[in-house]
Amino acid sequence: MNYLDQFAFQLYPYIAVAVFLIGSWARFDRAMYTWRTGSSQLLSSRGMRVGSNLFHIGILVVLGGHLVGLLTPHAVYEAFITAPQKQLLAMVVGGVFGLMCLVGIGILLVRRLTNPRVRATGTLGDTLILVALFLQLLLGLYTIVISTHHMDGSVMIALAEWAQHIVTFRWGAASYVMGVHWVYKAHIFLGMTLFLVAPFTRLVHVWSIPVSYLWRPYQVVRKRQAALRYGPRA
Amino acid sequence: MKVRAQIAMVLNLDKCIGCHTCSITCKNVWTSREGVEYAWFNNVETKPGIGYPKEWENQDKWNGGWVRTRAGKLVPRAGGRWRLLSKIFANPDLPQIDDYYEPFDFDYQHLHEAPECQHQPTARPRSLITGQRMQKIEWGPNWEEILGTEFAKRAKDRNFDAIQKEIYGAFEKTFMMYLPRLCEHCLNPACVSACPSGAIYKREEDGIVLIDQDKCRGWRMCVSACPYKKIYYNWKSGKSEKCIFCYPRIEMGEPTVCAETCVGRIRYLGVMLYDADRIQEAASVPAEKDLYQAHLDIFLDPFDPQVIEAARKEGITDSWLEAAKASPVYKMAIDWRLALPLHPEYRTLPMVWYVPPLSPIQSAAERGRVGMNGELPDVASLRIPVRYLANMLTAGDEAPVVRALERMMAMRAWRRARNVDGVEDLAVLRQAGLSVAQAEEMYRYLAIANYEDRFVIPTAHREYADDAFGERGGCGFTFGNGCSGDSPADLFGQRKTTTYAVHPNRQEKHEVTP
Repeated sequence: MNYLDQFAFQLYPYIAVAVFLIGSWARFDRAMYTWRTGSSQLLSSRGMRVGSNLFHIGILVVLGGHLVGLLTPHAVYEAFITAPQKQLLAMVVGGVFGLMCLVGIGILLVRRLTNPRVRATGTLGDTLILVALFLQLLLGLYTIVISTHHMDGSVMIALAEWAQHIVTFRWGAASYVMGVHWVYKAHIFLGMTLFLVAPFTRLVHVWSIPVSYLWRPYQVVRKRQAALRYGPRA
Repeated sequence: MKVRAQIAMVLNLDKCIGCHTCSITCKNVWTSREGVEYAWFNNVETKPGIGYPKEWENQDKWNGGWVRTRAGKLVPRAGGRWRLLSKIFANPDLPQIDDYYEPFDFDYQHLHEAPECQHQPTARPRSLITGQRMQKIEWGPNWEEILGTEFAKRAKDRNFDAIQKEIYGAFEKTFMMYLPRLCEHCLNPACVSACPSGAIYKREEDGIVLIDQDKCRGWRMCVSACPYKKIYYNWKSGKSEKCIFCYPRIEMGEPTVCAETCVGRIRYLGVMLYDADRIQEAASVPAEKDLYQAHLDIFLDPFDPQVIEAARKEGITDSWLEAAKASPVYKMAIDWRLALPLHPEYRTLPMVWYVPPLSPIQSAAERGRVGMNGELPDVASLRIPVRYLANMLTAGDEAPVVRALERMMAMRAWRRARNVDGVEDLAVLRQAGLSVAQAEEMYRYLAIANYEDRFVIPTAHREYADDAFGERGGCGFTFGNGCSGDSPADLFGQRKTTTYAVHPNRQEKHEVTP
């Protein structure tokens, strides 16, 4: 195990997640005006209906699958499902929604690169983050192909162990990903990098999924706030 | 009874000359920025026409406003909460920039810098979004000005519903009117209900509807939910913006910019008291034609001691209660029933009301070509069909429109009889259901329209103002990262707000000016 592996799979995740959390908090606190989805649908709806829906639904399921699949301890699910079955489930669900997401991101990427209005008004960051997500998705889909070589669930369990070691602050996480195919390593590294850059891009809007809309009353009336008073209290 | 106060507006369309001063002054003050070049918080439309954005009144197309379900519940036309959230990744009802218009500027510099050539240099249009040359301007915020474009296109105007509209395409039968539009600051706003972030709110103290620019996440549901299409998505900041009713001016007791600068003196601002407990009930009456009356019913009489007492309990100050008694809006909407709400059928209970315009009739009547209805010319012979106005202002109920028009004609006839013939023509007032005192006041408010009669705005109280000590050294609103919003090394910021999307130096690379 060399130094680079130790850095990439033991230290880098903490750096990435720390920047993600502190950076998001700082942006929320310091620059809330810049916290937005960055939608460009007003300028061009073409491709948005299919592209954006496929991309978002695909990526939300894939992301949720990663969270549940990697962070659920093996002991919790083995009563219901064996490791090989779970790997198959992950491959099918991940494959279907990953492909949906791929089609969606393809449409969005073409739109971003070719639509003159979107090109002129978007930022370099918007394009780069889309390219990074696209690459990450290709890597992720390629891992499914590689997984077909070992259907016993062992690699999946090793990766889950890595993730669980990371989130529970245990040393030795990197050793779990030593033996796996390079594509898993690249996928993890790029994934961590996405966490790292998220606070500085439009990706922050994942924090703002507006679930509270489902129960808030339709009308919002704000009372005048109590006036600010400095100086000595009476 | 829960008394609330709101600053409401009335526009006297009878006196609007379509000069666009309101739009221009509003634009200069609030939306002369990158990202909202296309947005007009206030715009003036020539009716009949499809308006700005295109066909905004066609809710079959845009799904704005509310609908009443068979069970009597009020739901946004775009759908309930789950359905609305399911549209969040791509809003199928969102207008496109071309429905407003692609904002443009002209290459004025070329007029200065063109080399000597055979033809006179011209300033050609350039898109303010892409920076690219636009070969042809296809649409603008006021493309239909004074009956521009062909009738077939303008006839898509939804106010023609239930009217044999074909004849109005003929030159002899044509008619027009101006309709200045701004945010209606509704009592039951659909935009507020559609905001997934809950960033849009109504201020309790004066009823102004605002978007919290920090809380807005740019989900853009409000844009389509507003049936008046008066919320604009700022493509630069990624936030929605809307008319703020010039609240910094209102708080100081000054009229909004559009009202202040109106050269025709058509705008009136005043306090209205209403019962907030009955908003829902009023907005969900079964028949659309009853919405106007239901809306009138929730307004409270500022002279009623019970109302005054209840208002004081809610913390409404005496200066506001005094202003409510002198409110020109109350006089026009309640006392004289001249002002009517714009499209009450959207069920948002709008608070910017309109006095319907008279159209050429008097002179024709004198020449004996128009039928008379008692003392007054028959409103059916007005150039603007009553039904058209009714579709716009009372969900198709003609009676309130006829009453308003007759009262305005009666006031004029009575004044003319007094000034020209030297007689007191009480018969004409009686027919319109007006007392002499009312007619006298109507004359004062409609014809003279003094500044202090038009604008009765109580100032915000000193005790509500923040202590300015804490603001020292502050930088106000900076479109970004607080005081460091304009730093070149801004970590979270976006592209700077400039006045052009494409820098002139970059424009040179794009093309060679002919």
